[in-house]
Amino acid sequence: MVLPMTRQLQPGPSGPGPVSRLRTWIGPQPLQQFALFFGVLLLFVFLGQNTAESMHRMGLTPGFAFLSHQANFEIGESVLSYSAGDSYARALGAGIANTVKVAVVGCLLATVLGVALGIARLSGNLLLASFVHGYVELLRNTPLLLQLFLWSAIIHALPPPRGAYTFLGSVYLSNRGVFLPSLSVDGLPASVWLPAVLLTVFAALVISRRLLAGATFYLPKTAGTVLGALAIFYFALVSLGFSASVEVPAKGGFNIRGGLSLTPEFAALLIGLVVNASASISEIVRSGIQSVKSGQWEAARALGLKPAQIMRLVVLPQALRVITPLMISSFLDLTKNSSLAVAIGYPDLVSVANTTANTTGQALEAIIIIGTVYLTISLAVSAVMNLYNRRVVLRGEGKR
Amino acid sequence: MSQIELAPPVAPDWQRWREGLFSGWANGLVTLATLAAILWLALPFVRWAVIDAVWTGTAADCAGETAGACWAFVGAKFRFMLFAFFPPHLQWRPALVLALIATLLTLSALPRFWSYRLVPISLLALVGIWMLMAGASGLEPVSTNHWGGLPITLTVSIAGLAFAFPLALSLALARQSDMGIVRCLAIAFIEVLRGVPMIAVLYVAMLIVPMALPSGAAIDKLLRAQIGVTLFFSAYLAEVIRAGLQVIPPGQMEAALSLGFSRIQMLRLVVLPQALTAVIPAIVNLSIGIVLNTSLLAVIGIHDLLNAAKTSATDPIWLGFYSEAYIFAALTYFAICFTGSRYSLWLERKLKASDRH
Repeated sequence: MVLPMTRQLQPGPSGPGPVSRLRTWIGPQPLQQFALFFGVLLLFVFLGQNTAESMHRMGLTPGFAFLSHQANFEIGESVLSYSAGDSYARALGAGIANTVKVAVVGCLLATVLGVALGIARLSGNLLLASFVHGYVELLRNTPLLLQLFLWSAIIHALPPPRGAYTFLGSVYLSNRGVFLPSLSVDGLPASVWLPAVLLTVFAALVISRRLLAGATFYLPKTAGTVLGALAIFYFALVSLGFSASVEVPAKGGFNIRGGLSLTPEFAALLIGLVVNASASISEIVRSGIQSVKSGQWEAARALGLKPAQIMRLVVLPQALRVITPLMISSFLDLTKNSSLAVAIGYPDLVSVANTTANTTGQALEAIIIIGTVYLTISLAVSAVMNLYNRRVVLRGEGKR
Repeated sequence: MSQIELAPPVAPDWQRWREGLFSGWANGLVTLATLAAILWLALPFVRWAVIDAVWTGTAADCAGETAGACWAFVGAKFRFMLFAFFPPHLQWRPALVLALIATLLTLSALPRFWSYRLVPISLLALVGIWMLMAGASGLEPVSTNHWGGLPITLTVSIAGLAFAFPLALSLALARQSDMGIVRCLAIAFIEVLRGVPMIAVLYVAMLIVPMALPSGAAIDKLLRAQIGVTLFFSAYLAEVIRAGLQVIPPGQMEAALSLGFSRIQMLRLVVLPQALTAVIPAIVNLSIGIVLNTSLLAVIGIHDLLNAAKTSATDPIWLGFYSEAYIFAALTYFAICFTGSRYSLWLERKLKASDRH
């Protein structure tokens, strides 16, 4: 009763003011610190002035004005429509879209393959586990760039379309690329129905999570909800007059027609990145599951839970806490590694920026663009991850 | 009643194999399916690499109707893939450099030789390597444009680690310090370099650094690449060292300070020995990453091991044996890095064991 009284009677601010807070933040030896800061600043100004001078000597004007100029090079393939004569900004945009494409598809496939391999490594089977172990060691102890060169060499050494390798009559491997069956909706472009499908799946996941109240790992019910939502989506499409069909590629003359075609460069990059990342992800999954103490398994078994239930209710929720941050950092690695595309001819952001630097001479600006894009992705992802970590860690501490 | 603790009985090998391969019908099925998959994948490769392969001879022997690998190519281009464009009559010098590096690595790998004396020895060795490669004191000078192959890969990695270490240590300490501005600068440096791909850093070293120097000044291309590699890895190394610093309980530092140690003494005698020992396995793993990532030098036109292998397949006499060249390079990288990762595991176990005493 006394304490609040005395506090109210005391004059002056109750907490530290902004000035003293700043002084605590700066800490000891403020003068030397400011000197260091200005030293770094001066160094940058010095280097910047030199660079500007060198650029003037080469007849270049520093700045991003060149972005609106006409780019006179072709890009091998792009998600965003682009052709020679469009602006440099559009060319770089196409490069960013290509990077995003290979990164997103790569992360999805690497997760599927990596989780499967991690489980295989943990299966009691000696042969399967040793095989996966060998696969992981081989991939982790050779450079990714070398793996990409090798995949590229292998794809270019495949037979021409005429003698392409075929699997099940629907997948073709040739030196012109990889051909897969594709899904198409007559009357609707893929840019419309694909996001709609993804949205449906996402909505189904959210709904199933709400309905099952936190039981995230109840696979059969979740899968059932997603499949149900997809079925409803399909019937809605059909009742609206659209029809979906599977298109299988077929040999025709000197080429393969129809279906989904991946260029040799994209295929080599995608396979290389996915195979490489799957090795790390399988290790993450394995170590995550093994990080759950054996006492947890024993306790769950003593309670009479079945193996599948132990996995779903006891092991996975704890393992995921270890797995998720590592998994996200390996997604970031995959995205950054996709910049090696420049070495095997896939037009990603780095490759297009490199061409831009060569044709305009604006190397500094091109590198600033590369850096900004990758930094934005990295910092955004790590910000989200910090948030997640704080939530998960707090929740875990609270329960204990 | 014996007080001796008995080790759990170890099953004989054949029993472990039977248990692991055919413990039940499901497991047996998995074994057979895996075997089938391995054979399906490996048989074409074995056909190509062993059965149909040409082991000796000239380019003409490989040009025939064979569908197999041409290992004669690796035999013929072995020198080039190891040393690239280094003048052939001087190749004893890069060979000696390789021997020097092997000795240095073996010495510093054994915990019994760990001491601060390793630092001057490594610096001396680096100077020796540079003198041998560039040709100082009476040796025929060789421009860095002609350096190449495995010596480049290893030298850039080792020099990268050696120069990154002091920088990383200061960055890690700065990131932990209570001085706000210093902390911010360290965080900015580390996060920017960790957020961009290595190739962007190498592009800066190749394209921007020459422009940013005052007119007239120039830095050698290989040296610029080396600086890029060093800065890039110092950011990663700083995070590894920071993890080690976080392991030290604050009580240790308070105890050291209350015993009258200066801050420098506290770091040198109490904090760093414990923090660095804790992260040595992680540093070894990062070093393996450096060796693997120096292959990116190939993208900026430096003839490291990977680029030498790639270039060897553009010889007009031996044209297009890319797969053979890459497999040779892959085996070399694998030999180095696999040894390194086994060593790191061994070290981790050893350090843990000594920690318990």
